[in-house]
Amino acid sequence: MNYFLRKLSFYAVALWAALTLNFAIPRLLPGDPVDILLAKLQQRGGTVTPETRKAYALLLGGDTSDPLWVQYWDYLKNLARGDLGTSVSYYPAKVSDVILTSLPWTVVLVGVATVIAALLGVLLGAIVGWKPGTWLDSLVPSTTLLAAVPYFWLALILVYLLARVLGWFPLQGGYDVVLTPGWNGEFIASAIQYGFLPALTIVLASIGGWLLGMRNMMVSTLSEDYILTAEAKGLSPRKILRSYASRNAVLPSVAGFAISLGFVVSGSVITEQVFSYPGIGGRLLGAVTNNDYALMQGVFLFITLAVLGANLLVDLLYGLIDPRTRARA
Amino acid sequence: MTNIEPATATPADAAETGPDAAPVRSGWRSLLPTMTPWLAVGLVLVGGITLFGLLGPLFTGDPRQIRDIGLTGPSAEFWLGTTQTGQDVLAQLAHATRGSLQIGLLVGVLATILSAFFGIYGAYRGRFLDDAFSLFTNVFLVIPGLPLVIVISGFVPRESRGLWTIAVVLAVTGWAASARVLHAQTLSVRQRDYVAASQVSGERPWRVIVVEILPNLLPVIASQFVFAVIAAILGEAGLSYIGLGASNSATLGTMLFYAQNGFALSLGAWWWFVPPGLTIALFGMGLSLVNFSIDEVINPKLKNLRQHRRRARRAARLERELARGASRRTTAAKESDR
Repeated sequence: MNYFLRKLSFYAVALWAALTLNFAIPRLLPGDPVDILLAKLQQRGGTVTPETRKAYALLLGGDTSDPLWVQYWDYLKNLARGDLGTSVSYYPAKVSDVILTSLPWTVVLVGVATVIAALLGVLLGAIVGWKPGTWLDSLVPSTTLLAAVPYFWLALILVYLLARVLGWFPLQGGYDVVLTPGWNGEFIASAIQYGFLPALTIVLASIGGWLLGMRNMMVSTLSEDYILTAEAKGLSPRKILRSYASRNAVLPSVAGFAISLGFVVSGSVITEQVFSYPGIGGRLLGAVTNNDYALMQGVFLFITLAVLGANLLVDLLYGLIDPRTRARA
Repeated sequence: MTNIEPATATPADAAETGPDAAPVRSGWRSLLPTMTPWLAVGLVLVGGITLFGLLGPLFTGDPRQIRDIGLTGPSAEFWLGTTQTGQDVLAQLAHATRGSLQIGLLVGVLATILSAFFGIYGAYRGRFLDDAFSLFTNVFLVIPGLPLVIVISGFVPRESRGLWTIAVVLAVTGWAASARVLHAQTLSVRQRDYVAASQVSGERPWRVIVVEILPNLLPVIASQFVFAVIAAILGEAGLSYIGLGASNSATLGTMLFYAQNGFALSLGAWWWFVPPGLTIALFGMGLSLVNFSIDEVINPKLKNLRQHRRRARRAARLERELARGASRRTTAAKESDR
């Protein structure tokens, strides 16, 4: 089968699996959302009548009298119409609206940070791996410390040092609250200033992996015959580094993008909590604490969609830059 | 626990098996990594933190005891200061380290079993089963793990969210990457002649897998296990930090959760929130360094490279000394000419 077709069909299956998982999780797990909400209501001193129960069940859309496959079909139909239900914590806003207002924050933050981390990491890895055995190279194992640091803890440290002690950056938030969001210079400058620390956290925590992967590939590429040939031809080391070694060594880094993106997204969800960033991670955690199940599932769906989409894009790109992947198909 | 065998190899052991001491290494010994400075650092970090988690709680006091000295910095009595309610941070750290190690080990074992089943068994059987398992693995690989864990934890009511629930959830969302690695390795081992020989001689599939294939995969499994432990400790810390961890558990993540909720950050109580994260980072770093050495066992090319580099450095040094000696001789000769 064609490489692109095969990739597309794989991501279609992955998408279906994610949708089904999203449908199955609340139905497989022991806790019933309606029960949890009613228990909360009782704790606050509310009276629970059968009518309250029915109202909650209707609100959550879990009319459990239908057979499972009917529920599943309705769920898919609603998704196709873009209807994710109503958010309880932002009532009466629709889940899709709540998500769409917070999505750009996360996409820009995670996207920019990931691109910077990948570019810097690959560049540094190429330089370090080009001359194995130098003092710079012997420092490479220490980057594992960065890779093992919990994202949110690194964020705490950065906030403590750069925002609280030195006062260079604001403590939390996504923009200066006196400004109204919009496409003007003042607001964008404020958003960049507020986004700098979260972005720095993601870059610092994820750069080690890129650097190490690139360095190792660089070292093994250098022992290839075509590098020897290039040297024998008398090409300048700079040209060999740029057009011969790096270009071949970078391929696995591109292919490994899928796994790293998952990690970055997972890490940034909690990092947003540290900064009270108005992104989608903060919404997810807010939904969990407020038992806003529709929003919770909606956010999960959107995060999964974004990760799948980014991976599909990278896979298609990979097929373009490495002809061997297409030939093997 | 054969999995962590490389990690528990004592320095003396590994040094003996170094390339200079014993040129011919045989059998099981070739599975042990050689000693490098970085491996030593890793072993010291992992060993030290493990000992701290195992023995620390025996020597420190009750981590929950409340005193009337809230938020004091490190002192002779309380080495890491006290929390907002006057609890001893060092005692909390010792108990929390134990909790985090416990869940890391538990999830590491569970995830390794899952990845071994889907990776090795699928690759061994081949055909339809392999395709199905591979698809399953790849789907789990691209679905982001932590958001899924958060959603699952959100649906499980707090009372029934025990240690095992969290461990199972983390294992279920974290096995896919190692399964893919094991799958690729098994495919290459399966092609070898002795595997075909044992199949032809009528061995049952499970025996071929356990006796013929598994021993060759041990270093790979060990390295994947180490990765799984790191990922589990990090994942659990994240979950606990946002208040979704196991109920009644004390881990490094819950410590950070209480530090955040006690305004440790805005009150400048660095002794409260720095140690837990640092412990996680150092433990993870130690495990990664151990993993580097395991990687050298899996891929001998890496080791050759290191030894080649060392020889090249020695040669360069010798050359410099010779050159210096030669120049000294020529100047001496010139002087005697005069």
